[in-house]
Amino acid sequence: MPQPIRLKDHEKDARLIRKRALVGGVVFLVLTLVLMARMYYLQVIQYEYHSTLAENNRIHVQPIPPNRGLIYDRNGVIIADNRPSFSLTLTRERAGDWEQVLDVIVEVLELTPDDRELFERRVKQGRRPFEPVPVLFELSEEQIARLAVNQFRLPGVEVVAQLVRHYPQREHFAHSVGYVGRINERELKQLDPVEYSGTHHIGKTGIERFYEDELHGKVGYEEVETNARGRVLRVLNRTDPLPGRDVMLTLDVHLQEVAEKALGGRRGAVVAIQPQTGEVLAMVSQPSFDPNPFVTGISFKAYAELRDSIDRPLYNRVLRGLYPPGSTIKPMVAVAGLDAGVVTPSSRVFDPGFYQLPNNSHKYRNWNRTGDGWVDLNMAIMRSNDTYFYDLAHKMGIDRLHDYMSRFGIGQRVSLDMFEETAGLMPSREWKRARYRQPWYPGETLILGIGQGYMQATPLQLAQATALVATKGKWIRPHLARTIDGSQPHDPDPIPDIVLRDPKYWDYARQGMEAVMHGARGTARKVGDAAAYRIAGKSGTAQVVAIKQGEKYDRSKVQERHRDHALFVGFAPADNPQIVVSVMVENGESGSGVGAPVVKQVMDAWLLDENGQLKAEYATPGATAPLNAEVKQP
Amino acid sequence: MSLIGSFDRTLSSDDVLRRRSSLLQRLHIDGILLLLLLLLATGSLFVLYSASGKNVDLLMKQASSFGIGLVAMVVIAQFEPRFMARWVPLGYLCGVGLLVVVDVMGHNAMGATRWINIPGVIRFQPSEFMKILMPATIAWYLSKRTLPPSLKHVSVSLGLIVTPFVLILLQPDLGTSLLILASGAFVLFMAGLQWRWIAGAVAAIVPIAVAMWFFVLHDYQKRRVLTFINPESDPLGAGWNIIQSKAAIGSGGVFGKGWLLGTQSHLDFLPESHTDFIIAVLAEEFGLIGVCLLLLLYILLIARGLVITVQAQTLFGKLLAGGLTMTFFVYVFINIGMVSGLLPVVGVPLPFISYGGTSLITLLSSFGILMSIHTHRKWIAQA
Repeated sequence: MPQPIRLKDHEKDARLIRKRALVGGVVFLVLTLVLMARMYYLQVIQYEYHSTLAENNRIHVQPIPPNRGLIYDRNGVIIADNRPSFSLTLTRERAGDWEQVLDVIVEVLELTPDDRELFERRVKQGRRPFEPVPVLFELSEEQIARLAVNQFRLPGVEVVAQLVRHYPQREHFAHSVGYVGRINERELKQLDPVEYSGTHHIGKTGIERFYEDELHGKVGYEEVETNARGRVLRVLNRTDPLPGRDVMLTLDVHLQEVAEKALGGRRGAVVAIQPQTGEVLAMVSQPSFDPNPFVTGISFKAYAELRDSIDRPLYNRVLRGLYPPGSTIKPMVAVAGLDAGVVTPSSRVFDPGFYQLPNNSHKYRNWNRTGDGWVDLNMAIMRSNDTYFYDLAHKMGIDRLHDYMSRFGIGQRVSLDMFEETAGLMPSREWKRARYRQPWYPGETLILGIGQGYMQATPLQLAQATALVATKGKWIRPHLARTIDGSQPHDPDPIPDIVLRDPKYWDYARQGMEAVMHGARGTARKVGDAAAYRIAGKSGTAQVVAIKQGEKYDRSKVQERHRDHALFVGFAPADNPQIVVSVMVENGESGSGVGAPVVKQVMDAWLLDENGQLKAEYATPGATAPLNAEVKQP
Repeated sequence: MSLIGSFDRTLSSDDVLRRRSSLLQRLHIDGILLLLLLLLATGSLFVLYSASGKNVDLLMKQASSFGIGLVAMVVIAQFEPRFMARWVPLGYLCGVGLLVVVDVMGHNAMGATRWINIPGVIRFQPSEFMKILMPATIAWYLSKRTLPPSLKHVSVSLGLIVTPFVLILLQPDLGTSLLILASGAFVLFMAGLQWRWIAGAVAAIVPIAVAMWFFVLHDYQKRRVLTFINPESDPLGAGWNIIQSKAAIGSGGVFGKGWLLGTQSHLDFLPESHTDFIIAVLAEEFGLIGVCLLLLLYILLIARGLVITVQAQTLFGKLLAGGLTMTFFVYVFINIGMVSGLLPVVGVPLPFISYGGTSLITLLSSFGILMSIHTHRKWIAQA
């Protein structure tokens, strides 16, 4: 008879494990009873409740999309709101053969095969089961009537009222506020699927894109009971959505219109900034386009027309247009030269009409072929003398010039909240080595001094650089949102102010710019003479086609589209700056002739009262105090 | 059939003689377990046919997985537990290594991955292996020590448990990682982990959780935890399934609507109705009676597992059998609790019923181990 085996400690271990197994068994039995009790609760006690819900009716959870936040201008004029509009929705699960239903829709509404293809794509973008997908927006009365008559042939098709984004100002703010459009597949992957479960649109450009999170709001939902055909019978439970936050812009609808009119139908850009606050008062890129069709889905043909137009209406010239800043950069270069100590306010350069580097025959020409003679800093800005600035740039060298101009925002994104701003370019030795695998040549520094060469800036950057002269180096990123639901936007990455060795250097640059407008030989004195206040300004020309050495720019020979772009920057009143304006007129040729009048019109609209007098609040504190004089408070 | 009443029975010579004559005994198969498993499998195919919307392909796949699983079970049952114990440490190391590989690859692919995939050769989830290897490792480790385990041995065991737990948590796969944590912890429990330590651990978790809540977690993390605990607060996301599954279960009533006649689970697109949420289909079509029958089958399986635990002759066998049986119960409890809205939603399939080949094969393998532990006893007895 074999004995049951005994291992060491086996009996004690076995007893222990037996006890534990017993405890486990009892616990499991109790837990199983809990499960059974739960099932009993659901299936017996709550049976009536659940079976009525399930009998013919079904419960659905429907998301309620939040109302998108509104967008106002600085005075409360609506720029973007939501309008009720009738849309046609299709619920795939209820439609049976949904492709056939689409055929019927196209037949009933007499649409084209292209539309049908678009519908099909939209239906396929549906995300959840039993989601009514909008396929056609802005139904007309007639279309609704036709659909109603054919309702029996259209299972799963409904006409619903939805709030759709609308831009009452149409093309005026297409480039600053942007627009919303249907969520595409790429965006869908990055979105919070719950927050956007009821939403079909998302900000695509501009403010709509940049403040998408704020404008969107929080989704709500309702638990509804529907019959077998999907009609909602009653709402069981509802959680309201939280509407998106309203955005009040810094833009002024009136000033925007004035700026557009001032351009007089020419292609170009205008930016107006309040220098003390960084608030953008007007932002014009002409020609523009009506953003409303983009919301409901622009037709392919209409889009192609916009896209392929030679005038490029979709192109945001303010934020993405890159131009050599030309002479508009000279006041900033002058400030840099003073601070670096390579020039003084009284140091002079002789201008024979050109500048030559030692041991080099190449002549860097002044725009005025006959030369201006002996030129000091004030004269150099007033006359926009190229020779003076060739000399200044040569003395500074590329490295210092690059550092100073970068601090003025050239070559970096300056705005706080503008979508897709281009950084522009401020070249340096490193940049050239990386880009062209070439060393830096001294001649390239010279032409940077007059804003030509590799340097490229947007009209917004030029406005900001000018604003820095107006505010004496105080950096506030230009921004479009004044308040979001009452609170001001916060700059997470502020740029340090420009601090000069002597703050008076700012005044020399400003005085030069005033001389441009009001000096006897100022380049824009015609505009300055007519102004009711002192303007500090500077013209510039951005070359479109390079001119060969020794060749003269002859406007009659150059095709209209190859003419130079006219630039003008300025601020006013000169001694109490309230507004900075930067203008670019495509193929406008003359900065002072074409750009300056636009600048003045914008300034007039902002600064003058109805009698054509400077508004009292913009008057200079302590009258026109001369430079260096102490202002005595009464 | 003495299932539960024979906890303290020791093997007599009569038993040995009787069992040796049995064919099943010679094949190392436990008749009771086999019977219960076959019953579950048959039932599962019926439910799956309905839940998948009469998808025959799916049914065939599940049936063949079941066949493969049964073969794996029988093969595993042939190995002696002692032989298995020898290979456990190596298996554990390999398993952890593979988990690391999966984590690293997953991160490189910028997304969650749980699979090792050598195209054309093999494709599997290392975390599935861990479901068996985890209790086996702890059983192997503790069976060489004196029971109840000392603080040092408990600490080492916890280290062995936490390593794969964290690796799987990182995949991220919360459901599986919790199951693996539980499977290791159950072995510790079986090994006689002292009650006051268990109480101490529970007592320590509560203040830590409270402190985390107030001082560590951000608001959005708190919201996530709240939705996790109460999915119905998020009816568009996790709550959708629960609302639908509760309606499906509730409308089944006592007797159910009949096979293939469920409406909620079919028409209304209960997501994952043939995987994690399959019990809702069963409850709707077969009612409370169907659910209770299923629970009865599970309870019988678990009771048989506990009998095998008690009757096992080696400490390794006892600990492993106990750990596997208890983990099996956790599967059942978490899944049904989650679908019926008692527990948070964690991705845990219902054993033998949910569609899914990998988990089926793993489960049957673990029952193969139980059979091996039970049917190899007489060799030890005769030695």
